[in-house]
Amino acid sequence: MRRILLVAGVAALMAGCGSSVKLDNVPVEDKSGTPTSQSGVDGQNAAKSAVTGIDLNKAGQDAINAAGPRVVYFDYDSFVVKPEYQAIIEAHSRVIKADKNRKVAIEGHTDERGGREYNLALGQKRAEAVRKAMGLLGVADGQIEAVSFGKEKPAAQGSDEAALARNRRAEISYR
Amino acid sequence: MSPDRILNWPIIVCSSTRLTTDMFGAEYGWSRVTLLLNWFQSDFYQRGFSVKMISRLSHLSVRNLKRMLMGVVLVSSLSAWAQFRVEVSGVGLTQLPIAIATFRGDDTAPQKIAAIIRADLERSGQFRNIDATTSVIDEVARLDASVWRQKGADSLVTGSVTRLVDGRYDVRFRLWDVVKAQGQDLGGQSFPVPQGDLRLAAHRISDIIYEKLTGEKGIFSTRVAYITKAAQRYNLWVADSDGENAQTALTSPEPIISPAWSPSGAQLAYVSFESRKPVVYAHDVASGKRRLIANFRGSNSAPVWAPDGRTLAVTLSRDGGSQLYTIDANGGEPRRLIQSSGIDTEPAYSPDGKTIFFVSDRGGAPQIYKTAAAGGNVERVTFTGGYNISPAISPDGRWLAYISRVNGAFKLHVMELGTGLTAAITDTTADESPSFAPNGRLIVYATQQQGKEALMTTTLDGKIKARLGGQGGDIREPDWGPFQKP
Repeated sequence: MRRILLVAGVAALMAGCGSSVKLDNVPVEDKSGTPTSQSGVDGQNAAKSAVTGIDLNKAGQDAINAAGPRVVYFDYDSFVVKPEYQAIIEAHSRVIKADKNRKVAIEGHTDERGGREYNLALGQKRAEAVRKAMGLLGVADGQIEAVSFGKEKPAAQGSDEAALARNRRAEISYR
Repeated sequence: MSPDRILNWPIIVCSSTRLTTDMFGAEYGWSRVTLLLNWFQSDFYQRGFSVKMISRLSHLSVRNLKRMLMGVVLVSSLSAWAQFRVEVSGVGLTQLPIAIATFRGDDTAPQKIAAIIRADLERSGQFRNIDATTSVIDEVARLDASVWRQKGADSLVTGSVTRLVDGRYDVRFRLWDVVKAQGQDLGGQSFPVPQGDLRLAAHRISDIIYEKLTGEKGIFSTRVAYITKAAQRYNLWVADSDGENAQTALTSPEPIISPAWSPSGAQLAYVSFESRKPVVYAHDVASGKRRLIANFRGSNSAPVWAPDGRTLAVTLSRDGGSQLYTIDANGGEPRRLIQSSGIDTEPAYSPDGKTIFFVSDRGGAPQIYKTAAAGGNVERVTFTGGYNISPAISPDGRWLAYISRVNGAFKLHVMELGTGLTAAITDTTADESPSFAPNGRLIVYATQQQGKEALMTTTLDGKIKARLGGQGGDIREPDWGPFQKP
């Protein structure tokens, strides 16, 4: 039993890593550019020809990070966006509207109960509820895609209510 | 299967003379009982010999005899273990008693042909195995039918497996009716196959026996597709109908769900999340070539082939909401089937291709509905319970298998479509994804046993269940393939 818990824990950690890697895609790509600008600014013997770059991707990432949490949670069997998540949706809507080139996926998820395909459709309802809320705030339809993972990608392992509640969610995923 | 469990149970057998199921634990209980019954049905036991009597006759101590008995049971359990995972429940079963002799050459062949046939026939629910594990009889041997009649068998299968000079194996069998006084030869066949097809040859023999004795086509040489998840790795497998001999068709770090066989058995459609959203592919199993079927904006899921193989029905959210579409198997623009404001998903064609069953929450909770394959009026099919999903229609169009939530438990149900009568046919609580065998006699489904995912087959009345062999890790999403062309 203990081993199962351990495995579940490791799996949860791995799942966590998986999603964080995706979300941090942009800064990872920027790494090659960062040292150049650092040597340009900080190096005592900086060459005259040095150029200090401005990383718009990085700036964009800061804006995304500043917008705060990216997960909206839902009640059991519900796809109604609760009022307490309106602030999250507004914050990210501002970020998305600020850059018309930005593409975002709203990824809907469900808890583990029930069939895989039906849960995929339920997750889709959750994703579309968030997409519609953003649309009402003026985000262009072409910038947001609502997709679903159903019950395939739980955020938390386990079958207790706390885990189930953490899995009934829609994640705002910048792409 | 852990080694200590194998080693433990024969000792229990020897220290106890009573036959109870609970002394074996639930999971493989009945298989052990079967093995034990095989011993008790053997010559010594049937002639009324007790261990004590044999001891006197053979001048061996009771203790040594018991040790020998333990060895016999242990050896037979080890060889039969992989094959015997069958649970029998309920009474009033009419099963054909059949003895499958061990094939000559089984001891050295890479696959134990007779054991595979025994397990096939037992899993079908139509046969009862009369123990013949210790009798090695080939297809040309002269037969004493009365011996087998005495043991209670109506039929006997004999055969051999021989390595040919070119490295292939020749698998031969003969089926005997032993009810007749002299025994009647019901025919036999020879299958020269490469080593990799030895199991297939055994399954083909099972098919021939099944058809000869029941009048219906056997499904043992068909294939089952399923998905496993182990350490964040997803695999799509194609396996024999007993779950063995699995070969991987796709490996992915992202989830795969809803595999669906094409009517020809050459392709699998499925949903892959490899591009961070659900997308439908069709995959040629033999070549590994695959192509996109549906990769539209939003989610693409629940593929199923029309019986003519030219069209697929899918669930798309490209126009908002999960809705049903049909799409050409060669790709192209999807055609909307029906329209609702809620969820429509999990399409399933009737075998004549004229009707599509599906799941919809248009009434507030998921229920199964049907409509014409060209679209049109929608008719509700399930009325009992507040959560009915995953419809599958039997090949004769008579039965609907589906999952219904009952008191929080998800249970496989079967409905007779003509009468609307339904029955829950499992004792488990997390059943998923039923799929009919192509002869309509068995259903394969996913469930959980002792907290672990498992694939099971069941007869439509729920009386005979077998756990399929297969890969480690979580195992799910079975889909039973069509009859194979020989």
